[in-house]
Amino acid sequence: MTAAPQIGVLALQGAVAEHERSLRSVGAQVRTVRRPAELEGLDGLVIPGGESTAMARLAAPVGLMPAIRARHEEGMALFGTCAGLILTANTVSDAEALQGYDRIGGLDVVVRRNAYGSQLDSFTTDLDVAGLAEPLPAVFIRAPIIEEVLDGVEVLAEAAGHPVAVRQGRILGASFHSELTRDARLHQLFTELAR
Amino acid sequence: MTTTQHSNGTPETGATAVNTGLAHMLKGGVIMDVVTPDQAKIAEQAGAVAVMALERVPADIRATGGVARMSDPDLIAGIIDAVSIPVMAKARIGHFVEAQVLEHLKVDYIDESEVLSPADYVHHIDKSKFKVPFVCGATNLGEALRRITEGASMIRSKGEAGTGDVSEAMKHIRTINAEIARLSALNEDELYVAAKELQAPYDLVKQVAKDGRLPVVLFVAGGVATPADAAMMMQMGADGVFVGSGIFKSGNPAARAEAIVKATTYYDDPAVIAEVSRGLGEAMVGLNVADVPAPHRLAERGW
Repeated sequence: MTAAPQIGVLALQGAVAEHERSLRSVGAQVRTVRRPAELEGLDGLVIPGGESTAMARLAAPVGLMPAIRARHEEGMALFGTCAGLILTANTVSDAEALQGYDRIGGLDVVVRRNAYGSQLDSFTTDLDVAGLAEPLPAVFIRAPIIEEVLDGVEVLAEAAGHPVAVRQGRILGASFHSELTRDARLHQLFTELAR
Repeated sequence: MTTTQHSNGTPETGATAVNTGLAHMLKGGVIMDVVTPDQAKIAEQAGAVAVMALERVPADIRATGGVARMSDPDLIAGIIDAVSIPVMAKARIGHFVEAQVLEHLKVDYIDESEVLSPADYVHHIDKSKFKVPFVCGATNLGEALRRITEGASMIRSKGEAGTGDVSEAMKHIRTINAEIARLSALNEDELYVAAKELQAPYDLVKQVAKDGRLPVVLFVAGGVATPADAAMMMQMGADGVFVGSGIFKSGNPAARAEAIVKATTYYDDPAVIAEVSRGLGEAMVGLNVADVPAPHRLAERGW
């Protein structure tokens, strides 16, 4: 039996505890990350939902984004949800308030922030996800839309005509929150990817 | 690129998971009071996770006196246009039509707030009738649970808004924490009376006793004016902080806002809190809660 995967959750701001709970429920060793040194020894890192503008600003003075990129190049897997997807996407079509702030990048998709509308347009749905036998409950909260996926990006799920879960190499991205439900199958998928 | 098969059900909106969920996304963050689109941009640039759009910050409401009401829709719409982060706005306690207007304006969260003059001294808004989420103030556990029963998706402890005096915020978070700890220590058969005493539904009381925390996100508000204030609230177990008058009534709002954001993230690291506290200029001129005559204390509004 192999050792439990070491998974970090970026804890600058956002739904950190929910990811920790989901990851622990699938057997991962979990710790939070607020500084580059805390990335040491991680097999994977979850970038949670929250406000991407706040996270990008908090990451800048400690150099977290380049440090995450460097660790990813050494093999650390990434899982970005909602704001985390925005931070891992290579292109944000309405960067505005993110302008001038470093992001992680690496996922060859184009995303648009808050593209579904205001909180009144937030919704829940059950998704068919490639690799999962039963539909996955998904919570979309002021979610970004994946406008475009480039070559090499596999679409794992779609909703209302847009990709909502994607994978490219050792990066998993989702525009929704499965960490807000008790269904941890996407986290299971990620810990397997991170091994 | 490969795509996969999908047959998705009709999306449902307005579900509780969506509204309590947005509050989860704000955790570890700072929500700032702003009175103009320019201030909203400064807040966003400083790393605020949301802004509270209002006409006057609590310190000015206190100074001006009179009846304080929902803000002008033009002002709220202008702030929604100015920023990409969530925008909250305040309705008077019990004023369900102000809430209807705010929902129509598509604010992301409504604060049913004691900072404004109450519109109903008996009933709060029936928040379950709305699709938009509500945050409500509480000074103790019973008040928090009654608001959650009425449909609040997020709770903030009240503190004493517009004073820059953090002592009431401390009192309220300590009270809520202590009451939760007491519930958790009770035998299951003692929870019936506890529910009666808290004037809250038994099932909710039982859940809080079991989880050892509120079923929704708990922020702290009212009197937070410095990075150290914010960090202290986080160390007390708050999920995040509201800063009202503390930022734009201070000498250097942009720097203070950014400092409070950093102190909220690194709340357990005195080195960071010391660093960000340097050279911030004047904090807001404070008002000791003890010097505020009881009838003028905002935290006593709500029941």
